[in-house]
Amino acid sequence: MNGKLLEIKDLKVSFFTPVGEVKAVNGISYSLGYNEVMGIVGESGSGKSVEAYAIMGLLQSPGRVVGGSVTFEGEDVLSYDSRQMTDLRGNKISMIFQNPMTCLNPVYSVGNQLVEALTCHNKDISKAEAKKRAIEMLDLVGINNADKRFTQYPHEFSGGMRQRAMIAMALICNPKLLIADEPTTALDVTIQAQIIELMKELQKKTDMSIIFITHNLGVVAEICDKVTVMYAGHVMEQGAVDDIFYHPQHPYTKGLLRSMPRLDEEGHERMVPIEGTPVDLLDPPKGCSFGPRCEHCMKICLNNQPPLVEVGEDGHVSACWLHVMQARKNKEAGK
Amino acid sequence: MTQQSKKLLEIENLRKYFPVKSGLFRKDYVQAVQDVSLHIFEGETLGIVGESGCGKTTLGRTILRLYEPTSGKIVYDGETIFDSEQKIAVKMLPYCRKIQLIFQDPSASLDPRMTVGEIVGEALDIHKLTHGKAERAERISKLLEDVGLNSEHANRFPHEFSGGQQQRIGIARALAVEPEFIVCDEPISALDVSIQSQVINMLEDLQNERGLTYMFIAHDISVVRHISNRIGVMYLGCLVELAESYELCNKPIHPYTQTLLSAVPLPDPKKNRSRKRILLEGDIPSPLNPPSGCRFHTRCPYAMPKCSEAAPEFKEYSPGHFAACHLLEEK
Repeated sequence: MNGKLLEIKDLKVSFFTPVGEVKAVNGISYSLGYNEVMGIVGESGSGKSVEAYAIMGLLQSPGRVVGGSVTFEGEDVLSYDSRQMTDLRGNKISMIFQNPMTCLNPVYSVGNQLVEALTCHNKDISKAEAKKRAIEMLDLVGINNADKRFTQYPHEFSGGMRQRAMIAMALICNPKLLIADEPTTALDVTIQAQIIELMKELQKKTDMSIIFITHNLGVVAEICDKVTVMYAGHVMEQGAVDDIFYHPQHPYTKGLLRSMPRLDEEGHERMVPIEGTPVDLLDPPKGCSFGPRCEHCMKICLNNQPPLVEVGEDGHVSACWLHVMQARKNKEAGK
Repeated sequence: MTQQSKKLLEIENLRKYFPVKSGLFRKDYVQAVQDVSLHIFEGETLGIVGESGCGKTTLGRTILRLYEPTSGKIVYDGETIFDSEQKIAVKMLPYCRKIQLIFQDPSASLDPRMTVGEIVGEALDIHKLTHGKAERAERISKLLEDVGLNSEHANRFPHEFSGGQQQRIGIARALAVEPEFIVCDEPISALDVSIQSQVINMLEDLQNERGLTYMFIAHDISVVRHISNRIGVMYLGCLVELAESYELCNKPIHPYTQTLLSAVPLPDPKKNRSRKRILLEGDIPSPLNPPSGCRFHTRCPYAMPKCSEAAPEFKEYSPGHFAACHLLEEK
């Protein structure tokens, strides 16, 4: 399918704390097509979750969008009032979170919460019908004995089951976009594998788009079509999943891939870590945010922020001065 | 690691049950560690992997006798430190100089009201390892430098450090008494990806410099694969397979190890698309009421009637490769 479902342009989010402004997201742009899975990778503090909260209008004080635009199906979401936003959330854009236990209400049965999500957005649906639909949904996400489980409470579910229930709740209104914020981080590997398989299957069945936020590169390689690598609120590199994993261009992406221990490594190689410590967002570097930790750091990197440069096909872009230098060299050689 | 090396630690049929009240007069037990037998050679790294609730942390702590074992035998360096049959339970203080522990959550395991110098120096005081203030201060700054911090950090408090640095403080504290054996309990799980490899490299360097022996407990099998000489896989309190790292990751023989390995997402899109996954049904059963026979039989794709009746024996199938499965016995 053609067209863009979601387009983000130069989005900036800041938190105004007593000790100063924290620029959590500092001008990121990307677009997401229909039926596409975009992975957003970054370490803690890279702004990957904050950016998702901004799309959903869930930013809490002192956080605020300070610039840029978010366009969903051609409409500017940031200009929505709270009623319009409520209508959008859960209906067209849904979100699942890292820890399902804190997102499910412990005093309502799981079924009740599913029905509520449905009746919120479809006022004319009958109770019996809503219940039927909720049970179907639980069944779809692989919960056995769905009609019995319907009446149970979140504490009676295991971690994996809760995450399944969360997914059922997020998908019950057939959203066009699902934002998954670290949905498998709190789960064990075998359960993680189950949930990933489930999400892949559901994505194919329902034709929705997914924004998959995670710090686990393995999970990204598993489920995503496109990847955005973030560091300290900036986009470092963006491209198709194969390009990012097989032809990474940005020193940070390369460093991340190199510093991971791999299950399929032959023999014992010493790991190559990224030196230094993550950025202090209260006092970010003037130039490239990765500059102080980068092995190729040049003078220009410390003073000026690098532009996003096209480095390959399918919208493969990377923000690094090395690419600018390389392009300049190529030009001179061409002359 | 060669087989001729000395066995530093040996445990036999180690068992740890935690009592839980389930009625007025009834007591049930969480069977956290069930009859685990293994040994660790001097200078090697033994990795222990498993999912949450499999008892890997309890095993580590029971070896240190932070939890008193329910039954079994622990032999350290030829000396029996615990034996339930002969009723031996020696005082642990002298052994605390030889065995140390690194915890998972660095911010929770450092006292927020003590300075880094006090934290690292506390162990020196307990074991009376230094004489005089100057020597103590010197030792502390040397330790901090060894783990990649600098000596001025001694006067700061833990909250002034990042997660990676806090973990380094935890490691400096463990090293203060010059131990021989360190139990690393998920030392890098709480850290960012780019920091994890820094800490792993440091642990490897320290091992080479000081001839340390590690027991490395983690849930991330790729990390364990990287750092360990041998790996043990645990499921619901039982050790199901133990082999050299390469062998275990490439030729796993226990069905649980096979599923665990196939569940790990690889940072390689093409390989992910081409490989076949073994998906397990359901969740880990409760250790309060574990399945009869082989504890894995409720989720095992190859389960036979026999599996629910008798627990399989933990046997050596090829040199250095142990496993507990009825399927293998029949072959």
